Order: sequence, then structure tokens, then C-alpha cells
Amino acid sequence: MKLKLDKKDFQPFLQNLMDEYDLFAPIRLADGVFAYKKIDQPEEVDLSASNTQKPAKEVFFPQSETMFRYERAGKEARITSTEGVERKRVILGARPCDIQAVCLIDQVFSGKEYTDVYYANKRDATTVIGMACNHPLSTCFCTSMKGGPFAREGSDLFLIDLGEAYLVELLTEKGTAFSQNEFLKKAGPNDLNLAKEIEEKASKKTDASMPVEGIDKKLDQMVENPFWEKVQEKCLGCRVCTYLCPTCHCFDIVDEALTNKGQRVRNWDSCLSTLYSLETSGHNPRPTNRERSRQRIMHKFNYFPKNFDQIACVGCGRCILYCPAGFDIRQTIKEIQKG
Amino acid sequence: MVVKGANVETSDRMLRTLELGFLNEEDAKAFQFTPGQFCELSILGKGEAPFGIASSPTENGSLKFTINKAGVVTTSLHHIEEGTEVGIRGPLGNGYPIDLFQGKNVLVIGGGFAFTTLRSLIAFFLHPTNRNRVKDITVVYGARMPGLLLYKEELAEWEKRNDIKLVVTVDQGDKDWKGKVGLVPNVLEEVAPTSENTFAVICGPPIMIKFTFPKLMALRFPNERIYTSLEKRMKCGIGKCGRCNIGHLYVCKDGPVFSYAQLEKLPKDY
Repeated sequence: MKLKLDKKDFQPFLQNLMDEYDLFAPIRLADGVFAYKKIDQPEEVDLSASNTQKPAKEVFFPQSETMFRYERAGKEARITSTEGVERKRVILGARPCDIQAVCLIDQVFSGKEYTDVYYANKRDATTVIGMACNHPLSTCFCTSMKGGPFAREGSDLFLIDLGEAYLVELLTEKGTAFSQNEFLKKAGPNDLNLAKEIEEKASKKTDASMPVEGIDKKLDQMVENPFWEKVQEKCLGCRVCTYLCPTCHCFDIVDEALTNKGQRVRNWDSCLSTLYSLETSGHNPRPTNRERSRQRIMHKFNYFPKNFDQIACVGCGRCILYCPAGFDIRQTIKEIQKG
Repeated sequence: MVVKGANVETSDRMLRTLELGFLNEEDAKAFQFTPGQFCELSILGKGEAPFGIASSPTENGSLKFTINKAGVVTTSLHHIEEGTEVGIRGPLGNGYPIDLFQGKNVLVIGGGFAFTTLRSLIAFFLHPTNRNRVKDITVVYGARMPGLLLYKEELAEWEKRNDIKLVVTVDQGDKDWKGKVGLVPNVLEEVAPTSENTFAVICGPPIMIKFTFPKLMALRFPNERIYTSLEKRMKCGIGKCGRCNIGHLYVCKDGPVFSYAQLEKLPKDY
């Protein structure tokens, strides 16, 4: 079903959403820096950025998250769970690449083996309102990675910015729950034509030429290869690419303790960190940046495909955009394929 | 679980075996495991760390863990008082493939404090209900010094039995030591157990494993019949947090027990 939301109705629409749901959407933190936050006032929502700095995975898998709280009395301990989600949630304005990435890490957190309740509870409680990218950046290569600026997979509702209004597509059961929403009107043929035109234009802008087919097989032969020396030369090991990557799902678990109470917390972690694999004995199975940068590339293009049949990269381009050393994963992919 | 007792194992006092009791009947019944599996033990406020289960499933009612004092969590576990509650998640991991061993000979090779889950395996097969599952049991176990051997009383008991061949060796003896002196790989060569119809299980420091593999090859053990248990830094224990991977496999959920045939195909990330 295709409906229309006039921009003048946008904030009342959000207010209406917030009566029923906890709303998560991009807000502007500073010039050019946007992030998903729980919205308190509809005016905070800002959909003007091409994409947020931190990916939408943050809504389901926060950068830092309490797993439980505890209190100790003598030799006994009492634990309070924090895994429940009290209200239904909506994430609004997520870009197709970020949504595709969430679908990928679904397989890790709520796939066949061991459900991660912290992630799965949030994911199950959430309706996803995706948003088309009318203006992809030069670093975007989603169309090479089975996605696209208008890819609807994973969205329950999908917004397309038509200038004066949003075209609103209701795609799933969670989406059709909005069919009677008072702010959504019937879309006319002009709206649909305009949306189509914008979609065609945008799709031409992203790089669809990345040769990713068969890259996992190629990497099977490259575990011990001088190529990784070259890769690590371009990497400072700062880890920004892994923190901002929408498919990176590594985390650390630490206890934060006061005298008799505290909490266990999990935090995003990175395979590019020296401490990540350092064992208490002092042994480190990935002692240099060579093994660590190999791990990053291999996990996305070889290990993840082996386990889940999909490449763990959606072409969002954040790792290219934010790398202080100008490391470009597109170049790495091309070099691997050249052999 | 609750700490029921603690026993200092080695002369340097760095290894201590904790016996943990279940808080209720239900938990005790629900906790079914295979030798070679591990648990995450946790001390609130200090953190959580993985430990192989040193007791055998045949020893009902409690679990044993032998802990090397190395970091924050292990130090707190060394200082823990009887009666204190300890958090536990498990059993985790795959364990030793005991069904594959059915009707075969088992050769167990252990070094240092990596002997814990091997002790679980041996105690499991030596139990009267399980002894006929496998044929000959041969154990080669070594430590740097006599004082560093684990489970000394139990070793002495095994020594007396005629349904297990036990060879204990130390790298360096002392004035009271009357047993073998020599490195595990060399002693293995000397003992030269048959590879026919035999599975080998090795667990020890990386350097011992490295030098033991060629000796097993020389004894004509095929890669498919050599098993080892690996350790890596772990957090979640269920294949989510990422850090314990070797190639596309995770030591926590796809291991910690791997065959040499499997390891041969993986990157040497361990």
C-alpha cells in the first residue's frame, strides 16, 4: 500500500507515533554529525543527513549496554535483569544499507544458535521505518553489495522524500498497522511517478561495479599471503572503521563495581585492538596489525559468508569516509580479486 | 553455585581446585555435560572467565574447576571463602567426542595445568559404568617439576589400577622424585603406544603440542584421530562477541575440542 505524508504533518505524525511507541531517529549532534537517539521532542528529528555517523545497529546493539545489575550482601548476591523492553519501538529514517546490516547481524544475535535476548527483545519490539537515499555519497557502494539506495528489504514502512511530502510504502504486517493513520493520505499517480524518477536517478549514483562475486573463495587461498603486509601498512589500527561499521558485532564484557553493587556492561569492541585477543598468560594469537587487519577483512568476506552465506559488508562507505589514513576497502576488494 | 571447598594443587600455590555445589536440586539435575566442556565462572564486580570442567559427569552433585592464578577473576577465585556464591554459565562448547572413542583405545597426552579436562575424561572412562566403552587407556602426563603435577592423590590411585597405563614425567626431578624425567614428546616416543584403533587426545601448552604432533605422525596416527582442546580469550562463550574465532569457527561454540584434521585447514590464529 502506498500513502503520502505531507511534511507539514510530519511533526504531528511523530508526536502521534510517540504516544504509542518509543521513537528512535537521527538527530543532529554537531555540524555533519548525526546519530540515532531516543526522541523526546518531535522537533529533534533531523532527516537531512545522507547518513548518520554511527550506524542504526546502535538502536538494537548499543555502544554500551547494561546486561544486569547486582547487589551483594555478605556471601549472597541479588541480580536484577535489564533485558526487558517496556514499550514498542519505532526506528525512523534508517537507510537501506543500515537496515540490510541489521538483517545480517540478526543471524548472529537471533539466528539458529543461542538467542541473544538483549538484541532480540529490542529487535522484536521494533517497527522499522526505512528511508530512501535520494542523494547517495561518492563513497556509497550498496548496489555492489546486494543492496541499493531504494532497497526495501527489512523495512516495515519505507519513506521516499518527494520534496513537499514523503511517499509512505506499507510493506509488512507491522507496516500495514499504519494504514488507518490519520496523517497518511492516499498517494496520487503524480507522487508515484515522481518517486520512480528519483529512484532511477539515485540508483545511477552508487558504484555497482565492485567485483565481489567469488571473493570468499579467492580469500581461501590467501590466508598466508604477502598481501596482508600491504593491507596493514595502510592501517593505523585506530579501529574507527570497526566501531562505525554497521555489520561489526564484536563486544567486550566488563563489570563496573561500586562497593556492594554494580553492573555488568557490554561495550562495542574491535578485532583491530591489541587487547582484543590478548590472553591473560601474555600470549596473543594475533600479535601484529597484519593478523588483525587480515581478521577484519577475512571476517567480512570469508568467515561470515562461510557461516551465513552472505558477505558482511553492505557498502555504506563509513569505513572509507572516516578512516584517518584514507584506507579504502573498495581498493582492497579489487586487489583481492586481481589476486 | 556455592563454594564447597578449595584445594591447593601445586607447590607454587598458583593452582587451586574449587569445588562448587549447586544451590538447588533442579539445577543439579539440569546440568548435564560431556568431558571437555567448559563454564564461564563469574564473581560479581570482578568479571567472568572461562574454565574447563575438571570433574567428571560421573561425580554427581558438584563441579570442580582447577584455576591458575593469573588475572583479576582468577585471583578473586583463589581468595574466595567457602560458602560464597559464584555465578556460572554453562556447560559451553562441544566436549571430547566420547561416542567416537567407543570400542577404541584412548591415548591421553597432557602437559602442565592443561590436564584439567583430560582428568575429567579419564575419570569418566574409569568409572565402572563407562570402563567397557573403550579398550586400553594410556596416559602420558608431564609437568615441569614434581610439585607442579595436578591431582597427585588421584595419580597415585590410577597407578595402582591395572585397567589404565599411566606414565608420569617431569622436565626436572628433585631428590624425592623416583619417576620418569623427560619432556612429554620424548617420553611419548619412548612409550610408543600403538596408533592402531587408537584415538589420541592432547592438551597442554602450545610448545608441547607443537612438538607432540610430529611424534604422533611418526607413530602413524592419522589427523582425524588426533584431538586437542584449545584456549582463546573469550567473553560471551556463545559465538557472538567475536574474539575467539579461528577462521570461521569459534573456539567457544564450535570447539574447544578440534581434530587435527580440522585445524590443518584453519588459519594459525591460536
